Parts: sequence; structure tokens; C-alpha cells
Amino acid sequence: MNTRLATGLILASTIALAACSKKAPEELPPPPTEQPTPLPDRTPAGPGVGTQQHFVDAVGIANTVVYFETDRFNIDAEDSGKLQVQAQYFGQYPDLTFTIEGHCDERGTREYNLALGERRANAAKNYLVSVGIPASRIRTVSYGKERPVALGSNEGSWAQNRRAATILIN
Amino acid sequence: MKKLLIASITLLAAPLLAQGQDLGQPVEEGGEVETVEDSEGLSGTVSFEGNLDDLGIAIPGFATDADVATPANSGGTAALGKELARVITSDLRNNGLFKPTGPDALPQPRFAEITAPSFATWSNRGAEMLVHGYVRARGDGRLTVGCYLYDMQLQSQLVREGWVVQPADWRRAAHKCADLVYSRLSGESPFFDSRIAYIAETGPKDNRTKRLAIMDSDGANHRFITTGRSTALTPRYSPDYGKLSYLSYVDGNPRIYVYDIGTGHQTLVTQSANPTFAPRWSPDGRWILFSMAAGGNTDIYRVPSAGGEPRRLTDTPGIDIGGSYSPDGSRIVFESDRSGSQQCYIMNADGSNQRRISFSGGRCATPEWSPRGDQIAFTRIAGDFNIAVMSPSGSGVRALTRGWQDEAPTWAPNGRIIQFFRTERNSGKTSLWQVDLTGENERRLPTPVDASDPAWGPILP
Repeated sequence: MNTRLATGLILASTIALAACSKKAPEELPPPPTEQPTPLPDRTPAGPGVGTQQHFVDAVGIANTVVYFETDRFNIDAEDSGKLQVQAQYFGQYPDLTFTIEGHCDERGTREYNLALGERRANAAKNYLVSVGIPASRIRTVSYGKERPVALGSNEGSWAQNRRAATILIN
Repeated sequence: MKKLLIASITLLAAPLLAQGQDLGQPVEEGGEVETVEDSEGLSGTVSFEGNLDDLGIAIPGFATDADVATPANSGGTAALGKELARVITSDLRNNGLFKPTGPDALPQPRFAEITAPSFATWSNRGAEMLVHGYVRARGDGRLTVGCYLYDMQLQSQLVREGWVVQPADWRRAAHKCADLVYSRLSGESPFFDSRIAYIAETGPKDNRTKRLAIMDSDGANHRFITTGRSTALTPRYSPDYGKLSYLSYVDGNPRIYVYDIGTGHQTLVTQSANPTFAPRWSPDGRWILFSMAAGGNTDIYRVPSAGGEPRRLTDTPGIDIGGSYSPDGSRIVFESDRSGSQQCYIMNADGSNQRRISFSGGRCATPEWSPRGDQIAFTRIAGDFNIAVMSPSGSGVRALTRGWQDEAPTWAPNGRIIQFFRTERNSGKTSLWQVDLTGENERRLPTPVDASDPAWGPILP
């Protein structure tokens, strides 16, 4: 059983590395640590592992979303910092599967934005895979410009809507 | 370990379960429209030589031989005759064509006068053209509608045609009459007897309900196809109106489905776990183009509409999406960001000979080939979003609209009018608009709620 798991993980990492070789992250991530720094202990009364709230409490709300420049999908230094915190969490709870939602601002055509949102979600996924999270645990979904969080038609709102958000779906 | 395995299986299996849960009642298919009388050999010249916008047309109520009950109108066939003339009048008026005067401002001709108009009655009404027609209930429950166009100065018939329709399809007879008048006087191909699929939108900007809906070209016979439980986007009618392809999140992922209007069943355009976007039919209905993302890279594929293996047509890194066939099916115009920004490209139908055609500044998105073949409409992104047209070589770019965000053009069946959707700044409210190829006659289409992604089908079979 353990051998099968190990094989699976190695396979997943190999696929992930192959997928990443096309476009390496601009800043190389640190090698995965043997012993992840323990995250704060949950009090028994708090939200359970596997809930979005538990994830948000553990990593901090700001670390659950990475943002992109107009029409871009690259993971910059700030994004990689956030994704490393996420990777630490998902490394600590290896049974969790999760979703990365890719989104765009309204200043793009609908169909192109669906494809661009997919690209952004994949960029975040590829980063997490490159730091050791198995690809099989990560689902991606693009919402294009269909689900904005900021409702204005201005640069400030658009910057908040160009995002990849990590979500635990129960 | 077991838990992880189960979780992974659930993750993969979930998309297969929820299919079809968002569909409302199947839509009844319309009946056949039979042409019973046409005026072959009647090809006299039209006396009017001015601008067609100034051409006065009198359209009094259609006469009936006997005022009998009909499912088409609670007032019987006499009331239906008046209603037919109203529909023809608003078809012509709403599209900025001619100067029509409808039945409510005109006397009602008798049945016998339809084939022999009393021209003296109409000569002082400032109309150069006269439309007459009749409606007659048949023994088999169907209706016969006849349509006649007369030139007032020549006092002669220019064209006539008749149709047998089911009572439920009575509006189609009116649209066919409007098409007959329009085609005879303008020399253009018809377009009124057609339908539009679109996305009906309700709710706040951050939680919009988006439903697949259909309607006639004038907004009548409006029907919702999906319930709105999941987001639906980007519909396209098959050329025979038997199917609708569209994007739905019904299983949680964006995927293209092909919905059979007659049976109410739908299938995935391709059996793949990957997201699929941007469905388009070939003009002969044999192929469906779609775009599929894999690992963040999106390419255009072609699949037989009857089912079969998809074939990939593009393979450059980046987003290749959209795709619209030339009327003869030999070439495809599509958008790609392979150069660094969205631009329009043309390729052969097998994917060979890909080359960029848009070089006029700004970005080129959602290209749609005109049914006449001579123009490509697209969303031009240069600061704001406008609807523009260019030749298939990319020359002669003309912007037709000036909205803040005008997007996703679709052609009238005759290639003379373009519909698109307009998004309002800040509120995010959407509406359907149309503009003709000259940039004139821009108008908003009436829809019950906000609306986007119009897709105008061909002339009904």
C-alpha cells in the first residue's frame, strides 16, 4: 500500500515537473522542508480540518488569493510567498483535496477570459506542484469574468478581480 | 491512503454525475411552413428610385374570407389578419427600413380587394408601396396566409407569395411577408424569419444568474431553456435549428454541451475532463468547432457534429479560441494571443496555413465571418470595446459602435445587420443591440431581462 502511494507521488511529481519545464517560475522555490513548520494548533471548538474556515484561519486570508497583472498569468515573488504558505498547509494535511479558481477582470471578452482564468488557475497549481503538492489533489476551474469580487469599473476593482483563489469545497 | 484514493476518485467522478440538472421543459418544435403560391415570372421594375429609408409602405390589415375561430388569435381570423399586418409593420419599422404605416392607421380592405386593390383608396396616403394579404382557416386546422406587394404608381403587383402554417407559427407567415417585401424592394436576402439564442441575465453583478434563452428575431416567442441553477454562456444554434451548443457549469466546470431542442437531451461536445469553450457550427452543420484548455494552454478543435474523435487544429503555446467558418466552410477565422495580445487569424478548415490578418492597432477578438463572406465582424479592443468589421484580408477596418463595452458580434442571416451585447460601466448590466453594416440604425432589442451573447441563426428551414 505504502509503495503504491510512493509510486503515485513520484509519478505525480514527474508529471508536474514535465508540465513545469515549459515555463519555470521566475523565482525558484526553496526545496520542500523535511519537517514542515507546524502551523498553530486548532482548538477543539474551532472549525474542523477540511473546511474553508480552517484553511483561512491557518494560512491567513491574504495568503489564499494571488493576483495578476492585466492579461498576465505569471507567478511573481509575492505570489510564490503566498503559495508556499498554502503548500505548507496542504503538506500538513495530505488527505485534503482543493480547488484553485481562476478569475479575470471585466475588461476582456467573455470567451478569452474563460481561457485566461484557466491559465491563471494552472499557473498557481503548477507552482504548488513544483513545491511538492501532488497534482491529483488540485482541481482547477475558470470563471473568466463571470464572478467578480470587486464591483466597480475601475483599475482598483479590476486588480482585485484578476486572481487565483484557493478554495476547499466540502 | 484509502481516504486519499477515495477523495481523488470523487474529484474525478463528480463532473460526470450532474448532467442535465439545469434544463427546463423541452421546447416544442415549430411545424413546417409550406409555400403554396409564388409569383414566378413577375419581375417588373419598381417605380420608386429614391432612398429606401424614405419609401412609404401602407400595410393595412390582412383580410379573411370568413371570420372563424383560430388558436392563433382569440379574436378569430379577422383579428389575426390585423395582427399579421402589425407584425410586418414593426419588423420593417424597427429595423429602420422604409416608412411603413400599419393597420391601425389605415382602412381595412375586403377579401376580394386583396388580389384587386382599389388603388384610389390608397393613392392619397403618401405611400409608394402597398402590402395586401389574407388569412384563411383551412379544414385541416392550419392557416393559409397570402402576401401581395403592389407598386402604387404602376398600379401593378410586384411580388406575391403564400404559406400554409400551423396556428402556433402564424408569426412566421408575417415574418416571411416582411422578408418578401424587404427582399423585393432592397434586392437583399431575407432575414426576419429567423431566431436568436442568447443569455438572459438577472441578479447583482457579483452573483448573476445566466440562463440560456431563445426568441424570434423580433423578440417574440421567448423561451428559457435552462433554469438558471448553473451558469450558461455563449450559445450557438445549429444551422438547421435542431440543436443548441452552449457552455454550462452544470457539473461545476465550464464545458460545451450540445442540446437537442426536440428531445430535450444534451451531451458533452467531447468526452474529456478538460474545460471546453467557444462552440461554433460549420455552415453545413457537419462540424462543431470548440476550444479546449489543457494545462493552461487553449487550442481549437474540430469534431463531427454526429459524434467522433476531435481533431486539434491549432498547437501554438497560448490561447487559440473562437473560430468562425467562412460561408463555404473552407476557412476559419479565429483569435489567438500567440503574438502577445489577442489578434485575429485565418486558417484553412484543416488547420493549415495559419496567418494573422489584424494589424490595424488595438486588439481583435471574437471574429465572426459574415454569411455573405465579404466581411468579418469582431470585437475591437482599443481602450473601449467596439464592434468593427474588416475584409477577410484584414483591410478596410470600420468601427460600427461606440459603447464603453460592446462585445461579441453575430450576423443577421443576410449579412446586413450585426447584433452584439453592451455592458454598462459599473452596474455590469447587459443588453442586446443591433446596428447595420453602415453603422446606422443602432437600436436596443427588447428582452424580458438583461441579455448577453446573442447568436443569430440562419433563415428558418
